[in-house]
Amino acid sequence: MSSIPGTLVTPKQVADRRAQAPHTSMFARMLLRAAVLRRRRAASALLAMIVAAAVATAMMNLYVDVQAKLRTEFRNYGANIVIVLKEGQTLPDDALAKVESLLGAKTLAVPFSYAVARVKGGQSVVVVGTDFARARQLNHWWKVSHWPSAPNEALIGMRAAAVVNPKAGPDRQPFELTFQGKAIELAPAGMLQTGAGEDSRIYLDQSEFQNWTGVAPSTIEVAANGTAAEVEASIRQVAQILPAADVRPVRQIMEGEANVLNKTRATLYASATLVVLTSALCVLATLIGWVFDRRRDFAIMKALGASEHLINGFFAAEAAALGVVGAILGFFVGIGVAALIGRVNFHAPVVPRFSVFPYVLAGSVAVALISAVLPIGLLRRVQPAIILRGE
Amino acid sequence: MFPRIVYESFRRQARRKLLAGIAITLGVTVATAMIAVATDIGDKINRELRSYGANLVITPQEDTLDVEVGGINLKPPSDGAFLNESDLPKIRGTFWHHNIVGFSPMLPVTVKLGSGSGARDVTLLGTYFNKALSFGKDDFTTGVRITDPWWKVSCGDGKESAKCGWPADDSQNVLLGERLATKVNEKAGDTIEIAGRRLTISGIISTGDAEDDQIVAPLALAQQILGKPGAVRRVYVSAMTKPPDALSVRDPKTMTPEVYDRWYCSPYVESIAYQLQEVIPHSHAEQIRQVAQNEGTVLSRIKGLMLLITFAALFASALAVSAAMATAIYERRVEVGLMKALGAGSLAVSAIFFAEALLLALAGGIAGFSAGALLAHQIGQSIFNSQISIEPVLFPIIIAIAVFVTFAGSAAAIRRAVKFDPVFALRGEG
Repeated sequence: MSSIPGTLVTPKQVADRRAQAPHTSMFARMLLRAAVLRRRRAASALLAMIVAAAVATAMMNLYVDVQAKLRTEFRNYGANIVIVLKEGQTLPDDALAKVESLLGAKTLAVPFSYAVARVKGGQSVVVVGTDFARARQLNHWWKVSHWPSAPNEALIGMRAAAVVNPKAGPDRQPFELTFQGKAIELAPAGMLQTGAGEDSRIYLDQSEFQNWTGVAPSTIEVAANGTAAEVEASIRQVAQILPAADVRPVRQIMEGEANVLNKTRATLYASATLVVLTSALCVLATLIGWVFDRRRDFAIMKALGASEHLINGFFAAEAAALGVVGAILGFFVGIGVAALIGRVNFHAPVVPRFSVFPYVLAGSVAVALISAVLPIGLLRRVQPAIILRGE
Repeated sequence: MFPRIVYESFRRQARRKLLAGIAITLGVTVATAMIAVATDIGDKINRELRSYGANLVITPQEDTLDVEVGGINLKPPSDGAFLNESDLPKIRGTFWHHNIVGFSPMLPVTVKLGSGSGARDVTLLGTYFNKALSFGKDDFTTGVRITDPWWKVSCGDGKESAKCGWPADDSQNVLLGERLATKVNEKAGDTIEIAGRRLTISGIISTGDAEDDQIVAPLALAQQILGKPGAVRRVYVSAMTKPPDALSVRDPKTMTPEVYDRWYCSPYVESIAYQLQEVIPHSHAEQIRQVAQNEGTVLSRIKGLMLLITFAALFASALAVSAAMATAIYERRVEVGLMKALGAGSLAVSAIFFAEALLLALAGGIAGFSAGALLAHQIGQSIFNSQISIEPVLFPIIIAIAVFVTFAGSAAAIRRAVKFDPVFALRGEG
C-alpha cells in the first residue's frame, strides 16, 4: 500500500486503487502473514503434521495391501481347490480351459491322471500323467533335479527310483513299464523329492501317458487367488460347470492360511493403531506449543476488540489449513513409504490406495483443530493485559 | 545450588513437567510394546503355521513303495516294514523337543466294510487322537487333534451333539470319513461291521483329503485288526523350525565339527529330521516339503513387515518425545534470560536443562517400559492367546533409547534458548 513518491495522491485515488486491487479479506491476510512471519515455527508444525499424515497413510495402505501380498505368498503352498471325478464319469476335454477362464487369468489349474503299472521285476508302481509346465508353477516345493523336456522322459520319485532302477545312481538308463499288457520305454529325466506321496510315484507327460494307458485326467488341482469367501464362491462356480466332478476345498491349506492371516492382520492392526496414535500425539505436542507461543497475537487481537468468535475462527482456520496442507503432502510421502516397505519386504510395490485419503485428511484436520482449540480454551480465561506484559 | 534449581523447577512447574513426562511415557510405551511384539512375532507365527499340519514324516528305513491312488492303498497290508510304537515317546527326548508341537503315528490297514455281497474294501487308518504318553518325567499328550487341527468331527447330519465326537484312544470306536459315510449311508451312533467286528461309529470326520473316504480308528484297534501289535507305518511330526538358510541345506557328513555343532543346535527342519532319525531305530525322517519349505517364506515376510513397522513406531515416538521436549523448553526462555542476566554461563544453563531431561527420561522410561510390557501382554493374550514375554535385557536398552531421544529432542531447543539474548527474553519479545 505504498504511494509513489513525488506524486500527489488524493484519498479518493487511494480508495479507487484499493477497490481495483485483487480483493483479499483481512482474515485471509492475517492467516497468510502469520504463516510467513513465523516461518520456522510454522514449518516445524507443518513438518509434524506431514510426518503424522505420512505414517497414517503408510499404515493404512499397508494394512489393506499386505493381506493381498500375503495371500499371494500363501499360494506357494499349492492348490486350495481340488476337483475329483465322480466314479464312472469322464471330464470333458475342455474342463481345464473352462475352469481357468471361469476363475480368471491368475488361476492355475493342473490336471493329474493316475494308473498302476508294473516294472520289469513285477512290482507295482503308481504312474501319474500331468502337465509339467503347470505342475512346476503350482508346486514350488517340489525338489526336482532336472525337469523332463524330451519326449518319453519321466520324473522319478525318490523312493520309486529304487524300484525302477535297483542300481540307483546317476546313470540314466531307460526302463520299461507295463500297463495292461502295453509296454512303454521311458528315460529318467530327474529325481523328485517332496517328502510326501509323490516320492513313490513316476510322473509322465499327460499326452504320452494317455497314449500309453488310455486313462484321462481324473483330478484337477486348482490354485485360486482371493479371500476365503472368494475361493468358496469359486468352488460353487466350478461345481456348476462340472457336474461330473466333486469340487472341494483343500481344508488343510485354506484353514492354515485363514489362521495365519487372521493373526497377522490383528497384529498389524494393533501396531498400526499404536503408530498412528503416537504420531497424532506428536502433532498435538507441536501444535499446542505453537499456539501457546502466539498468545501475544491472541492478546493483541483481543485488545483491539476482536470477538471471541473471530479469534476462535482464526485459530481454527489456521489449524484446518495446516491440517489440509499437511495431509496432502503427508499422503504422498506415506504412499512412497508404503511402496518402499512393499519393495523391501515383499519385492513388489504396494499399490497406492487413494481411498484412504479422505480418512487421512479428516484425521489430520481433526487432530489439528483439537490441538488449536485446547490452548485457546486455556488462554481465553487470561486477561490480554497480563499476556502483553509478558507474564 | 544446582540440585536445588532442578528440584525447584520440578516442584514449581509440576504441570508442565507432567506433560513432558506423559509424552515420554507414551512414546516409550509404544516403543516397548512394538519391540516386544516384533521380537516375539516369529515364534508366535511359527506356532500358528503349525496349523498347516506336520512338516516332518518318519518312515521305516527299509520301506517298500506306497501304491496308493485316491486314498485307496493297493499294497498288501502286511507288506513292508514297520516302526515300533514303543519308540515313539523318544521323540520327546531329542535336542529340540521343546520345538516339537506334536506327532501322530499312522497305520493304514485295508479292511472289509460290511458283510456278505455288500462288503467293500476300505482303508482303516489307525492313529492317536489325543493320547497321553510319558517320556521320563515328562507327561504329554499328542495326536491328530494337535498335529492336524483342520480335522473336524461331527454327527454326520450337520448337528453337533454330545453323543458324537472324538473316540477315546483306548476305545473300540471309530470315525467314518465324510464321503464314505454318505456312500454307505451310516451316521454317528450306528454300529457297522469292519473286518468281522461290530464297531460303533462315534462320529463323522471331515478332513478335505483322502481320509474322507476312509475309516479313522484308534491305533491299538488298527494293530489288532492287522495282527501286529506295536506296529506303526509312519509318524507325522509337527515341529517349529527356523527358516532355511545357507547352513541348513548343507550335508552334515561334509561339515567340520564346529559347523556341525552349530547346524545340530539350530532348529532347522533338516537337523530336527536328523535328530529324529537318531532316536527312532531303523527309521528315515524327511521334511514334508509342501509345509516345511513354504513356512520359511511366510515367516520371514511377516517378521520383516513387523520389523519395518517397529522402525516406524520408534521414529514416530522419538518425534513425539522431541516435540514435547522442544515445546517445554521453548516456553522457559524468560527463565533462561534471568539466569543469564544473573551471570550463569551457557554451560551451566544447558546442564540444568539436560539434568531435567535426564530425570524426565528416566521416570518416563521406567513408567513407559512397564506400561509397554503390559500392552505387549494384552496384545499377546488377545491375538495369540499366549504370553508375549519381555526380555529383561530390553530394559536398559529402552531406557538408553529414551534418554538419547529426550536429549536429542531437547538439544536444539536448549541451544536456541541459551543463545537467545536475555534482554529480549526478559522484555518478553521474540
